[in-house]
Amino acid sequence: MAEQTLTPTMLHPGRIPIWVANVAILILIAILWPLSNAFDKYLDPYFLDLLIHIGIAIILAVSLNLINGITGQFSLGHAGFMAVGAYTGGVLLKHYSPQGAQLLVVFPALMILGGVVAGAAGVIVGVPTLRLRGDYLAIATLGFGQIITVILNQIDSVGSFEFGGSAGLHNIPIVTNFFWTYLAVVICVVTIARLVYSQKGRPFFAVREDEIAAAAMGVDTTFYKVAAFVIGAFFAGMAGVLSATVSGNLDPAGFNFVKSIEIVMMVVIGGSGSITGSIFAAAILTLLPEYLRGLESWRLVIYALLLIVMMLLRPEGVLGNRELWRTRRKLLVPGR
Amino acid sequence: MPLLEIRNLGIRFGGLQALTDFNFSLDQDQLVGLIGPNGAGKTTVFNIVTGVYCPDEGDIRLAGKSIAGEKPFHINRLGIARTFQNIRLFGALSVLDNVLIGFNQSVTHGFVGTLLRTPTYQQEERMHEAEAIELLRTFGLLDRLNDPARSLAYGPQRRLEIARALATRPKILLLDEPAAGMNPQEKSELMGLIALVRNKFSVGLWLIEHDMKLVMSICQRVTVLDHGETIAVGTPAEIQEDSRVIEAYLGKPQPA
Repeated sequence: MAEQTLTPTMLHPGRIPIWVANVAILILIAILWPLSNAFDKYLDPYFLDLLIHIGIAIILAVSLNLINGITGQFSLGHAGFMAVGAYTGGVLLKHYSPQGAQLLVVFPALMILGGVVAGAAGVIVGVPTLRLRGDYLAIATLGFGQIITVILNQIDSVGSFEFGGSAGLHNIPIVTNFFWTYLAVVICVVTIARLVYSQKGRPFFAVREDEIAAAAMGVDTTFYKVAAFVIGAFFAGMAGVLSATVSGNLDPAGFNFVKSIEIVMMVVIGGSGSITGSIFAAAILTLLPEYLRGLESWRLVIYALLLIVMMLLRPEGVLGNRELWRTRRKLLVPGR
Repeated sequence: MPLLEIRNLGIRFGGLQALTDFNFSLDQDQLVGLIGPNGAGKTTVFNIVTGVYCPDEGDIRLAGKSIAGEKPFHINRLGIARTFQNIRLFGALSVLDNVLIGFNQSVTHGFVGTLLRTPTYQQEERMHEAEAIELLRTFGLLDRLNDPARSLAYGPQRRLEIARALATRPKILLLDEPAAGMNPQEKSELMGLIALVRNKFSVGLWLIEHDMKLVMSICQRVTVLDHGETIAVGTPAEIQEDSRVIEAYLGKPQPA
């Protein structure tokens, strides 16, 4: 059959070859260290601090996007996962206060540990709330976040480990710098982006679009929902460890539901399902309050107005579900 | 031993016996119809077979192995795919992605392969893309491949659902009212397509349909349900003559 030989081939115009992307990521990681040293020396500490906060916000927004935007499981408990990581990191760091070169091993290990503990919390939240949808899930996860803050408010210490209770945990050694923050950012963004835009990751979107149809296509929807919670919580925990040692202070009130809603706003404004959108929105919503310092008490009003205007004019978010690096696929049809 | 065998299947929803003593068998390359008035329990049968509902009585065997009460995703992996009466596409995803999701279970590379985009990953991706293109070409959807599924017209959406179901490489395909809402021309195209699916993909096809012309012209056998009970089984010609079937559809003649 002549038709058989004319099978069109898939083309990805404009797509960066995978080996180039891999090399670029490695180079990016390699220059983070010297870049961080240069920033420490020459950059205004205020701006460096801002950059670090943006980095942490990016991790939080992108990881929540996996749960909320990509898998469609509306969670209001992201600050809770962050708190779990933050206290894991903060308490251990203060107790053992490792010095100098030790930190090069201890701190990344702590980031992973904070992520793992938060990921375990993700299982605890994910499994029982799987049957819940939409608003019900939002309320349940909100409850989880509240429970975490209440517990942290009550615990002064466990054995010789100081938690600080409602007064907060202070004088944690300051370790977070540009290098550690953006190393975590690169790992988080690359992991989530590569995961969801792959054959193993497409089902995340399918679960969001239609759970029943996804199951009928052989997708283990339970697995994917729990996976979204665990991976999202893991990176939120990592961001928590970073945030614990930015200023050396931890306050349970810093992880209340206002914080969760702030992260949800980043996801919604950037575009639910768009990782690029989350990155931009995280940067803008971290910078915005800095420039609104003069308006102090009006800040939340401006936030709310921004959200209302956004929902009226562009409910799908700035980027919708587009990604900067994804191109339209074309077909090469022989003989045409 | 038939590929799909259903014995004495029954289900109750509260006090309502929605399906009673349902028996059925289907083999590869067969095309069998399931008809009946509204509310007869046709979609319920499909929902039980695909694991959406757990049956109260009876057994379902796929190639001799009982699958009754298994989870829907597992039943699909065992080889039964379906389409839905009210179309259930992944609306925001592209036409191509809809089909590619069907291949999710045949992925062999692991998590690390996914993150590093190893050669195995790339090779599998290319292979699945090529297969998806072949499917989309068969179903005449190739020029819409980047468009979100929800932007398609009704007919193409139904075709995409069939293509997506076939991407899971089923042994048996259940079509729940594939011609619903189609115009006569689309219907005749669909009939050609169903014949093609049967030949090209060598699957057993089981079809719920209200369009009698379509059912009678393509099905080898037909089962008729009414109020959850099987009232007739036979060839289309036999069914058309059956007094109980005529009664179920048109009602009893009034005594003069």
